[in-house]
Amino acid sequence: MEDRSIDREWKKGSAELLLLSLVEAVPRHGYEIGKLIEQRSQGALRFHAASLYPLLYRLEKRGWIQGRWVEKSGQRRRRYYRLTPEGRKVLASQRQGWQTFVEAISRITGVENA
Amino acid sequence: MPDWSEPIRKQLAELKLAPEREAEIVEELAQHAEDRYRELESGGVTQAEAQRIALEETGGHELLARELRAVERTNAPPPIVLGAGSKASLLSSLAQDLRYGIRTLRKNPGFTAVAIVALALGIGANTAIFSVVNGVLLRPLEYPDPGRLMLISEATPEFKQMSVAYPNFLDWRRESRSFTDMGATRSDDFNFTGRGEPEHLSGEYVSAGLFPTLGVAPFMGRNFLPEEDRQGARCATMLGYLFWKQRVGADPNILGKALTLNAMSCIVIGVLPQNLRFREGAQVYVPIELYDAGMLRTRESHPGISVYGRLKAGVTVDAAQAEIASICSVLAHQYPKTNAGHGARLVSMKDDMVGYIQSTLLLLAGAVGFVLIIACANVANLLLARSTARQREFAVRTALGAERGRVVRQLLTESVLLSLGGAAIGLLLARWGTKLVLAAAPDSLPRSTEIGIDPYVLLFTLAVSVITGILFGLAPAFHSANANPQESLKEGARGAGGGRHRAESVLVAVEIGLSVILLAGAGLMIESVWRLLQVDPGFNTRNILTTQVALSPKVMASPGAIRLAYQQMLGRVAAIPGVQSVAITSQVPLAGSDSEIFFWPGVGPQPPQDQTMSAMFSIVTPDYLNAMQTPLRRGRFFTEGDNLASSPVVVIDDVLAKHIFPGQDPVGQRFSIMVLGPVQVVGVAGHIKYWGLDSDDTAKIRDQIYFPFTQVPDKFMSGALVGLTLMVRSGPEPLSLVPAVRAQVAGPTQDQPIYAVRKMEQIISESLAERRFTMLMLIIFAAAALLLAAVGIYGVMSYAVTRRTHELGIRAALGASRGEIVGIVLRQGVRLAAAGIAGGLVAALALTRLMAGLLYGVRPADPATLAAVALLLGGIALAACYIPARRATAVDPVIALRCE
Repeated sequence: MEDRSIDREWKKGSAELLLLSLVEAVPRHGYEIGKLIEQRSQGALRFHAASLYPLLYRLEKRGWIQGRWVEKSGQRRRRYYRLTPEGRKVLASQRQGWQTFVEAISRITGVENA
Repeated sequence: MPDWSEPIRKQLAELKLAPEREAEIVEELAQHAEDRYRELESGGVTQAEAQRIALEETGGHELLARELRAVERTNAPPPIVLGAGSKASLLSSLAQDLRYGIRTLRKNPGFTAVAIVALALGIGANTAIFSVVNGVLLRPLEYPDPGRLMLISEATPEFKQMSVAYPNFLDWRRESRSFTDMGATRSDDFNFTGRGEPEHLSGEYVSAGLFPTLGVAPFMGRNFLPEEDRQGARCATMLGYLFWKQRVGADPNILGKALTLNAMSCIVIGVLPQNLRFREGAQVYVPIELYDAGMLRTRESHPGISVYGRLKAGVTVDAAQAEIASICSVLAHQYPKTNAGHGARLVSMKDDMVGYIQSTLLLLAGAVGFVLIIACANVANLLLARSTARQREFAVRTALGAERGRVVRQLLTESVLLSLGGAAIGLLLARWGTKLVLAAAPDSLPRSTEIGIDPYVLLFTLAVSVITGILFGLAPAFHSANANPQESLKEGARGAGGGRHRAESVLVAVEIGLSVILLAGAGLMIESVWRLLQVDPGFNTRNILTTQVALSPKVMASPGAIRLAYQQMLGRVAAIPGVQSVAITSQVPLAGSDSEIFFWPGVGPQPPQDQTMSAMFSIVTPDYLNAMQTPLRRGRFFTEGDNLASSPVVVIDDVLAKHIFPGQDPVGQRFSIMVLGPVQVVGVAGHIKYWGLDSDDTAKIRDQIYFPFTQVPDKFMSGALVGLTLMVRSGPEPLSLVPAVRAQVAGPTQDQPIYAVRKMEQIISESLAERRFTMLMLIIFAAAALLLAAVGIYGVMSYAVTRRTHELGIRAALGASRGEIVGIVLRQGVRLAAAGIAGGLVAALALTRLMAGLLYGVRPADPATLAAVALLLGGIALAACYIPARRATAVDPVIALRCE
């Protein structure tokens, strides 16, 4: 239950930030993105395909990421997403916002704890 | 490996994505599911379990579809928002308007049906009348280059148009340089024998140049050659298409065969084309030079010959007219006795055919246009009422940023859609209505076979419907677009303010005004026809049978035999039980035939033509006055004793008596008639209105001369036979005698057919046909207008009462009586009706003057008619207001006040 509630919160608030971050350095396909989120969060966050892909499409539509079909020998073709220049700006601003938010939360929770 | 694509595709189906987009998503998600499946499988999960998990994560529980819907929806066409279309092209926004319009109209089937029916009636009636106007007036004649075809008539100061003397035609044709060619034609009847029953045919004597002039090529065979159009030539004949088809069995080998016409053996040399509509289709054509030589060679006689010419390219009508006039003046100089004072008149062939009916048809076109305007006004009122209901819709749109122009366009699209719907049904009505018009139209309506729905009519209907759609949609559209969104969006807003009601009232007043005009027109026509029916034609029109007879070819050779044959025929017919008297006449009153003769006072030689006078000339047998029951004023009528052995006598009518023998007893006086010489007056008869019940009083020639058939000189006998008609005065219903008359006329040789059998009453009725037609049409239009106007004023008043419920409730609560409430409502309606009637009367005064030519015995501004119309409309308007007024008294003050 707890897992799922964190899951939902994440998706609601910051899923976009996660996706943009993951394709910042290298283009990745959807399955890889989903796997990376799960691994790096040590299983705390998981995206099902049913919500991951619509989110990708949404970002693509906004022009923040761009998908491209890539064929590698011996494999079926996959769609790789990479960050666009506009997406880069958005990512920077979202990171900044997130940082401010986390610091604020920490300060509040830190003061109360103290 | 399981198939991933299909289950995923199923999930996406309801989204209805573009196929390429769907394929892309399916591929990507299938790839994902496969990756997941492999991962699970390698982790030790059973294949079946792995497949279940992979699928559930990819698309399970409709999550995918839900999430995608939110994202992909933005791909779909943008929702229809009025005013949001600045980006959209004009075309796509028009399509949007259309879709939305159709949806809106379908949501209100009642409103749509009423509007479409009203418009269908208006547009249908207009289309029907236009198809008549188009077929008769607008369509060019079906000849090559028809604008150059002219009818050339002789003209005298008395007659603007008279038939041409054949030698004059020959001179015109030879001398004139303005025409490529000229042709002459003369209608006549032919006895067709030798093929079963003897038969009477309608035919034309034509000059060889006629069909080439018209540009008519035969369907089969050839045209007449000049050598066939010579006196004494072997008779050649061309057949009308229908005659060839129906009477000689479409014989393909008819050319070269002989038919017996008027006892002449005539070789068929050609068959005319099916679409030839020359003088409404004769059955046979014969060269004109074969016509009675006596009549043809003299410049004195004008035996019904019409001359057609084709103008050379570049020659104007005026130039040709001037040239023919100068030829005429040379001829007048050369032959003063016959040609003095004779000029010529050119008129285009089409004007000649349709000119006389033009004003009637244009009048009807105008009247039916009023009906359409009234229908439009009604629909506009419906739209106005609806626009109040839709006020909030438009307010929302405006608030969301819709431009005013776009809202107006949307509304106009809806109204044009309505009128196009009306037009579609109207076209069906028009097909039926055109038949109705043609059934009601006089038989003499020219070119009636050319009336139908052609591309021009369709174009007209389309144009009319688009224009009317815009016309009746404009006021409601601007009204809606101008609404203040803030006011309208407020809860309980009462819709538009005074603007709408003003517009509504103006529209109803206009409807009433137009109805006044139509009613006035109809009323004046009814009055005219009624007055005409009261006119005494100078004889008793009841119980007279008229029929033409064709004599046996065997007697035609000798004038003596002809006289005897008629005498015996009259004897046999007179012996039929029920026959009171029987006579023969060369002219049937009111039947449109006319034959005039020149006469002069005294017994001297004929003075120059311009010093002679003209009179109607009838050749009759002794019982004529009895058969007609026309009074003999003085002297005697003819007897068997007036024959070739006695000196020529005439009976004149009282008009001629007053004209040339004023203050004297005409009996015993002598004067001279062209060709026949001096004659003695033996009696004076009452005047008969030959020209028509209406036109006789104003006819240029009213003098009448009767001449005894038994005194017709031998040399004129065959000419005198033309149009001889048997007049049978009967006790019983005249048509019941037809079989007996047919049997007795046929005679012992059984080869004398009767034809053109009619009652005198039918002839009278036909003589009024054009007026009755106009009257009938105007009555129909006026009735439609009245109905629409009544519905219009009723609708407006009903709505007004609904709107004033609150106010009336307060009044009732404050003690107003039922009578006072009714009075309040009625006053409002009466003001409206009075304004409409007053405006209509003013317009009617101006417009009915246009129909002065169609009226008889009543002035266009007839006060009685106009007063009757005003009263009728006022009464109907009052009745239409009374129903809502009564309803107003039923308003319960408590309920009315609670409404707030």
